Amino acid sequence: MKQRFIRFSPLLLLALAWELTARFELVSNTALPPLSEVIAAWVDMIKSGELITNGAASLYRAGAGLTLSILIGATLGIFMAWWKPVNVLLAPLVEVFYPLPKSALIPVTVIWLGFGDGSKILLIFLGCMLPVTIGAFNGARSSEQVLVWSARSMGANKLRMLWDVVVPSAMPELLNGIRTALALSFILLVSSELIVAQQGLGYLIGYLGANGNYDAMYAVVLTVAFLGFAADRIYLLISNWTLAWRE
Amino acid sequence: MARVDETIAIESVEPPVLRIARTIAWGVARVFSIVAVLVAWEMLARSGTFTHFQLPALSAVLEHIWSDAWSGDLAINTALTLYRALVSFAICSVGGVAIGMAMSRNALAHWFFDPIVSVGFPMPKIAFLPVVILWLGVYDVSKITIIVIDAIFPVIAATVIAIQGVERELIWSARNMGANNRELLTQIVLPAALPQIMTGLQVALPLTLIVAVVAEMLMGGYGLGGAMMTASRFANSTGVFAGIVEIAVIGYCLVKAMAMTRRRLLIWHQETSEPTTA
Repeated sequence: MKQRFIRFSPLLLLALAWELTARFELVSNTALPPLSEVIAAWVDMIKSGELITNGAASLYRAGAGLTLSILIGATLGIFMAWWKPVNVLLAPLVEVFYPLPKSALIPVTVIWLGFGDGSKILLIFLGCMLPVTIGAFNGARSSEQVLVWSARSMGANKLRMLWDVVVPSAMPELLNGIRTALALSFILLVSSELIVAQQGLGYLIGYLGANGNYDAMYAVVLTVAFLGFAADRIYLLISNWTLAWRE
Repeated sequence: MARVDETIAIESVEPPVLRIARTIAWGVARVFSIVAVLVAWEMLARSGTFTHFQLPALSAVLEHIWSDAWSGDLAINTALTLYRALVSFAICSVGGVAIGMAMSRNALAHWFFDPIVSVGFPMPKIAFLPVVILWLGVYDVSKITIIVIDAIFPVIAATVIAIQGVERELIWSARNMGANNRELLTQIVLPAALPQIMTGLQVALPLTLIVAVVAEMLMGGYGLGGAMMTASRFANSTGVFAGIVEIAVIGYCLVKAMAMTRRRLLIWHQETSEPTTA
């Protein structure tokens, strides 16, 4: 407990510095409202339900897009490693589209699916799929030949080998790719909601900022940051638990 | 490994004609799917399944890029976006490596930065964009600031891990041969840590472009992101698709240039002689 406290004391110091700077008005209060007022604004927004409905909308978009990208991305990656023709067809496309800065797709998804949930889900799906595919591909490709051979010599058919040997050995790299995708999904979610949306946490940030309601804006910004952080930590716990069979 | 040996063995016995044919076949296979996608795009757009607004034809998009190139807009927008992304990337590389080195050498720096990095790395820092606008306005300073905030964390984390991973034996031998602290840092620790630091930089580079585009979209003005947003406000979907193609080409070139730099800088490292994966 004490060690944790010492470890995270710089964050407390920063919070304290924030509060004091704002209280003594070293910078203007519109630019930096005191932390205590930000927390008060946060509690108000929880009570009014504003934060919860918008947060639920955002998490639904991120969750749906990410789930799609994991399912389709992992399948593609494993088949690319498993079957040569798929690799020959898809590898050049992956190579060309992987470096595309995904945020450039924001206006296009809006043209296709409008301002609502659909365009955000499509954006997150497109943006997060390739890191998952590459993770799955690298993992499945590096599955040890010895394991594949012994499975074959013990009479495993192709499908069984795929499920029992290739998929488990792809797991560590696949989970790494999904972690990258998770971080990306939050970036894409917030930026698309900031730019075009009628609902969601990013929209709320833009709306509150435009109305000069800065303490509430800071509260939402911190909420989004915390959600991203918490999602990563929960994901790490799950992936460590999934990989518990490795040494 | 077994597969690599096999292909080498096959290649050494087959006649040269076959080998040339094989190279050509591979080259065709590599561009085949890209060409197929482009042709499918053009045909789908012309078939009338989608309106011109939903999917402008590839030829129309290329025409748009061509006229942009002649009017000079393309050059200005590309130069500004690249300028913002690359200046931020330079700040991230220098600052990130410096902070990472300080953290692994100095207990105080480690105490201060460690929780900030471990909490800040997984955060979606793009959410701070309105705060940065509030503080610094909408011009280059605030764009570069938000890009640096977003892209510096992978560099710091990679540097810390890289320096931790430098083999003790190397450091001991250098010390034994009388290296002082500075020589130890510049001649042993940094080169030995370079592969992983480069990996961190390779993560940071695409991030700078992603955030640069978002910042330009939100703040407007010149730049590829800003141009796309203007086009989309005027329902000019050809302009939007042209923007995507331009940004895709820039992203591709930057990532390739980075991979080449890596091979060049790490020419002494064993990874360079291994077959590349990407």
